[in-house]
Amino acid sequence: MRKGIFNRKTNAVRAVDGVSFTVAKGETLGIVGESGCGKSTTARLLVGLEGIDAGDLIFDGDRLGVDLSLKDLWDGVQMVFQDSYASLNPRLTIEETIAFGPKMRGVAADEARRLAHELLGRVGLAPARFAGRYPHELSGGQRQRVNIARSLAMKPRLIILDEAVSALDKSVEAQVLNLLRELKDEFGLTYVFISHDLNVVRYVSDRIMVMYLGEVVEIGPVAAVWEKRAHPYTAALFAAMPSMDPDNRTEVPPLAGDPPNPIDPPSGCRFHTRCSFAEPVCGKTRPKSVAVDGAADHDAACHMLDPISGHSKSAGGSRLEAAE
Amino acid sequence: MLAYTLQRLLYVIPVAFGVSVICFMLVHIAPGDPLTAVMPIDATAEQQAAMRAEYGFDKPLPVQFAIWFGNALQGDLGASIATGRSVSSEVSRAVGNTLILAFAASLIGFPLGIFFGFVAGIFKDTLIDRAVTAFAITGVSVPNYWLGIVLVVIFSVTLGWLPSTGAGPGGSTNWAWDFEHLRFIILPAVTLAVVPMGIVTRTVRALVGDILSQDFVGALRAKGLSQVGVLRHVVRNVTPTALSVVGLQLGYLLGGSILIETVFNWPGTGFLLSNAIFQRDLPLLQGTILVLALFFVFANLIVDLLQPLVDPRIKRG
Amino acid sequence: MSTTVDTKVPAVPARPAAEQAPAQSKGYWQGVGARLSRDPVAMVCAGLLTLLLAAVVFAPLLPLADPFTGSMISRLKPIGTEGHILGTDELGRDMLARLIYGGRLTLMLGLLPVIFAFLIGTFLGVLAGYVGGWLNTVIMRTVDVFFAFPSILLAIAISGALGAGIVNSLVSLTIVFIPPITRVAESVTASVRSLEYVDAARISGARALTVVRVHVLGNVMSPIFVYATSLTSVSMILAAGLSFLGLGVKPPQPEWGLMLNTLRTAIYIDPVLAALPGAMIFLTSLCLNLLSDGLRSAMNIKD
Repeated sequence: MRKGIFNRKTNAVRAVDGVSFTVAKGETLGIVGESGCGKSTTARLLVGLEGIDAGDLIFDGDRLGVDLSLKDLWDGVQMVFQDSYASLNPRLTIEETIAFGPKMRGVAADEARRLAHELLGRVGLAPARFAGRYPHELSGGQRQRVNIARSLAMKPRLIILDEAVSALDKSVEAQVLNLLRELKDEFGLTYVFISHDLNVVRYVSDRIMVMYLGEVVEIGPVAAVWEKRAHPYTAALFAAMPSMDPDNRTEVPPLAGDPPNPIDPPSGCRFHTRCSFAEPVCGKTRPKSVAVDGAADHDAACHMLDPISGHSKSAGGSRLEAAE
Repeated sequence: MLAYTLQRLLYVIPVAFGVSVICFMLVHIAPGDPLTAVMPIDATAEQQAAMRAEYGFDKPLPVQFAIWFGNALQGDLGASIATGRSVSSEVSRAVGNTLILAFAASLIGFPLGIFFGFVAGIFKDTLIDRAVTAFAITGVSVPNYWLGIVLVVIFSVTLGWLPSTGAGPGGSTNWAWDFEHLRFIILPAVTLAVVPMGIVTRTVRALVGDILSQDFVGALRAKGLSQVGVLRHVVRNVTPTALSVVGLQLGYLLGGSILIETVFNWPGTGFLLSNAIFQRDLPLLQGTILVLALFFVFANLIVDLLQPLVDPRIKRG
Repeated sequence: MSTTVDTKVPAVPARPAAEQAPAQSKGYWQGVGARLSRDPVAMVCAGLLTLLLAAVVFAPLLPLADPFTGSMISRLKPIGTEGHILGTDELGRDMLARLIYGGRLTLMLGLLPVIFAFLIGTFLGVLAGYVGGWLNTVIMRTVDVFFAFPSILLAIAISGALGAGIVNSLVSLTIVFIPPITRVAESVTASVRSLEYVDAARISGARALTVVRVHVLGNVMSPIFVYATSLTSVSMILAAGLSFLGLGVKPPQPEWGLMLNTLRTAIYIDPVLAALPGAMIFLTSLCLNLLSDGLRSAMNIKD
């Protein structure tokens, strides 16, 4: 247990860097990427659990820290956490866990309790049976339903779901996903859905955002991203997906190796160390985010898409080739 | 590893400074005037003020600290109020005897503790393990000042084999490594060694048992490694933690010797301390505590600097 | 005397219950109780300690001789003497009465500092662990400096400076045990703070104090408490040690460490009698250690 003299010496990780995106009311934005790519940090930034060093968080037109306090933010934004066990206090009953938030907001104890029971019923856990139980007396799927009920109790408009179904069995996962879809319609919610599982993200999302080492590499409507796979990382990620269809093959080589150390990310395009199209320019300059095929809602950050990047496969690069 | 070493070396400075602050404050948390013990009861107000000025107690605290600290850096810990002699010379004469006693105790306690710990860990949940465990918890629970008395009753009073007090024949206070002197150190050293031995035994036993139950040991056995080969792996995994426990126990040996020295009239710092306490000689108390605490700080430093040699995980950090 | 206070932190696993014992709810404590009650050694120790505690608490109600009244003609009577079952001390006072009354002070001086240090150390550690930042630095670096003193040395230093006396002894021992408990509390709190239910409570907009009260304290108290129980034996040995050195209880008050000291001259006359007070310290400390070990293993804490 050795520490620095006056501070704990840890190398600063810029977990997310230059990530900028918007979520439209009523939609589901899916965020995908390998573990360690900054998905969870993004989630925590969105609910104000991590401070933002530079940049803004704007919710419904209000800027956090300017017109919006953290408390205001939490009135509108809630989170469903990844680990269903660590996310429930083992010393509180289910009912107490769900009622805690409303009580903190000044709701009377009876009323909070009534709300907890109502929500338990809504997420499919009979209040009479479950309200008085402790987390360890529940299954993983049941605990995650409690998690969802807890966030609903705060009456949010936006819910961040951080790997909310990742720890569940496939059959349970499907039930919870369907529950989430129903709740979204019923309560008029907006979701940010974070997962490493592309199938799940594709199933629930309207738009999809691909992250690599703390940066956004591609963002766009699910169908477009699925179709184009404009960024080599997106392509590799999708190619690595197990497919049921033997004819569904791709020439893109699957991802090899582990992502580089985020403490010391590669220069230029962070993906260039693992990209099979990498050229010198990729190690030097950071690629700009450009529209894919001119679509307004589909962007990717790759030199091959930027005509003036100097990459031989870019539009500009091929023009040069043609000229020679 | 260089970064680790450097960082660890630098860390000593604020800790040693903090230790000095605490030692300095000892005199000032004391109720009343530190000079009451030596001040004549009928001293006039002027005489009292003069005496206070002589010892520097009339200045504001931070100034007193700066003066005291500056002197301490030059090895001057002030003068004993009871004897008027320099605290540094009193302590330096005594500290050698304390270190000899601690050294003798560590020669007994650490090897035995490590040995018993290994035996119990390897034969976990057998009769041997239970016997060793019972022995170790007895060692940890025994008040050593009482154990010293019991050993004196058995080996000096009843059997007459060993001397009961002192550090040498004829009340000698100058230690020598000869048979006559060694007879005197056996009882205090054994007494002092019992608790660290118990603690080391418990720690090593738990570590060895833990490592032997891990998957990689099963894999080593499965690939046909001999028992001795497996043990080599265990030793390498146990060493770093065992080393740090031993380092902490060095502090015990320094502190614990105070009581043991009182029991055996061993002419070390403990003896000095009990005199200082008895005579309310605060500068002597302060100086002795400071020297002992600094010894502990440096003992820990050495143990920590040794760590990278036995623990490959530190090298990179 | 295990004075090196080991700061091995009762591990709070990142996912408390998934792989470990099912969480720390009411059912969990019933399980611990059941496992503890099946541990014969721990049960015997608990029985002996209860007996001792009852004896010292209700000492005035027991048919005992006066622990302060001595007699010059009946000094150092051996064990088994008519009217003095455990003999008499160097001033002819009844040993049994003095041992029982002495237990009052020894146990009080041993247990109270741990209780005070538990309260103060938990407060400081939870504060440092939950708030973090510069507050953590200030608290934990101060704790580090205190750790530079072997605990006996610190106890003797403070007691020596403050002078003999029961209150001074309590103060110095409390100071000795605050740093190790703070360290454990800080580490346990920091790991609980990183759990997601604490995040969930924070984003409900609850005040930090409420989050700590409802979601942190309940989950850190038991590991800190178990750690504190492991300190009771050390504390008692140290407390008696201070009196043995003349730094704790003052004569003629009966206290085991002080009795051991004053009876030292009698080792040539009646060694068994002279060793009795020390034997009491030893047995009590052994019981405390064995019970604490039993509690740890019943709670599945590895040492």
